[in-house]
Amino acid sequence: MSLINSYNPIIVIKNITKTAKNTIFNLSWLDSVYLKILVPAILLVTWESACRLGYLKPLILPSPTAIVQAFERLIKSGELFRHLGISLFRILQGYALGAFFGITLGILIGIFKRIDQGSSVVISFLRPIPIFAWIPVIILWLGIDESTKVTIIALGCFWPILLNVMAGIKHVDKKYLEVARILEKSPYQTLVKVILPSALPSIFTGLRVGIGMAWMCVVAAEVIASTSGIGFLISYSREMLQPDVMFVGVFSIGIVGLIIDRIFKLLEMHFIKWNVNTKRKR
Amino acid sequence: MEVLETLLIKNLNKTYKAENGDVHALKDVSLTIQPGEFVSIVGTSGCGKSTLLRLIVGLENDFTGEIKLGGKQIQGPDINRGMVFQEARLFPWLTAEENIAFGLVDNHISKKEKKEIVNKHIALVNLTGFAKSYPHQLSGGMQQRVSIARALVNYPNLLTLDEPFGALDALTRLQMQQEFLRIWETEKTTVLLVTHDVDEAIFLADRVVVMSSRPGTISKIIKVNASRPRDRNSCAFADIKKEIYKELFKEDNLLIDYII
Repeated sequence: MSLINSYNPIIVIKNITKTAKNTIFNLSWLDSVYLKILVPAILLVTWESACRLGYLKPLILPSPTAIVQAFERLIKSGELFRHLGISLFRILQGYALGAFFGITLGILIGIFKRIDQGSSVVISFLRPIPIFAWIPVIILWLGIDESTKVTIIALGCFWPILLNVMAGIKHVDKKYLEVARILEKSPYQTLVKVILPSALPSIFTGLRVGIGMAWMCVVAAEVIASTSGIGFLISYSREMLQPDVMFVGVFSIGIVGLIIDRIFKLLEMHFIKWNVNTKRKR
Repeated sequence: MEVLETLLIKNLNKTYKAENGDVHALKDVSLTIQPGEFVSIVGTSGCGKSTLLRLIVGLENDFTGEIKLGGKQIQGPDINRGMVFQEARLFPWLTAEENIAFGLVDNHISKKEKKEIVNKHIALVNLTGFAKSYPHQLSGGMQQRVSIARALVNYPNLLTLDEPFGALDALTRLQMQQEFLRIWETEKTTVLLVTHDVDEAIFLADRVVVMSSRPGTISKIIKVNASRPRDRNSCAFADIKKEIYKELFKEDNLLIDYII
């Protein structure tokens, strides 16, 4: 029996691991999932009870259940997907344009010093102007046509894409370029096999920020000048005094934005398998 | 394979323009390396040994004097002069075999031939089974093996190495030195290796060039006559080591402890 009373190292080790697990910094997987759900759940319950108890007027903020019901109604009637579809199609066009010009110009500026110097003043002058300042200008030029919305989106996502592509190309490690030089690679081969792959993570960051921007721009454009799309649904339901529909519009923007971001992350992990940094973030 | 050629360096001078005046990196450096010879350059840091390599491979121009390979003055980089850096400098987006294939100059060889050459070099550096691995999945020593293979795929006349094993741990370094000897004996190319490891220089090279700094000059060239593989504990090895250390620290009047 004296053995049990004596200092038992195994028990001590067990105690240490146990205390380590209980600290905030060492959450187990289950704990972190549980906490992630807990906060939204408390918010929802508080909100719902405030509505039921009459603290919140349904015309100002409808209850979560009312919004869910409106969601169901709009999905069944097909109205929600019709508006979402219109918005997404606009994004597709605008984003394609913005990404095309952003990537092309970004590569040219990143590679050619002369273009970089020549464009630097113009870029630093135009870049800080928020997209919303351009909306009236674009409406003046193009009317309230489809092309207006597409242009607004294209312009909105152009800047983050351009800047990230530029930075990615400019910051290629000189050591890699020396390897290409020693192996007598042509400028074209160096661009395709060294510069572009090394800039790919940056380019992807630009594309991801750009798609977020495009999604913001389509809503802004539709709220201001449109008779369709998810932004129109929001502003129209405000005029019609249908706050539940309005919130359906607002929240579906959040949901779609989240899905798009996830898709981009997956694409990034697929195309940039070699990048150890993107893998760790998962 | 082409016939190996002599590397001739004559009265080489190189100055860098710095803010506080010019830095004389190399002064009147003359050195002739015979075809197939293995030469090591040792020197304290800042003695211009890396600069010398960069000039020979053509990464830097703007020097006075002659650098001739096979009687022709060198002009810019050439696949005939390969280089291995201290960091493996592998492209992280390419697998080991793709990195090696990147070294190939793609004029008129078929895909099949390319594949054969790459496979042959993977086997040469003992990396069979790791062809599809990405650089971040390889250890430091393995990465350096890929880097050596990439420099060798074009069968360069001259292979230069700039402290290639300097970033590896001591045990891997010893292993890589032996491996490199084997590779050199198979490939039979002329090798110029820059190192700060005196042991490494003596273990590998036919001749050891000792450089002194400010300005970078060759202070002594020591012939290593022992046959390979060399015994690091032999008397001859220790004598050469002593001679090199004496040369390296002659200005400091220091008696350095060298372990035999």
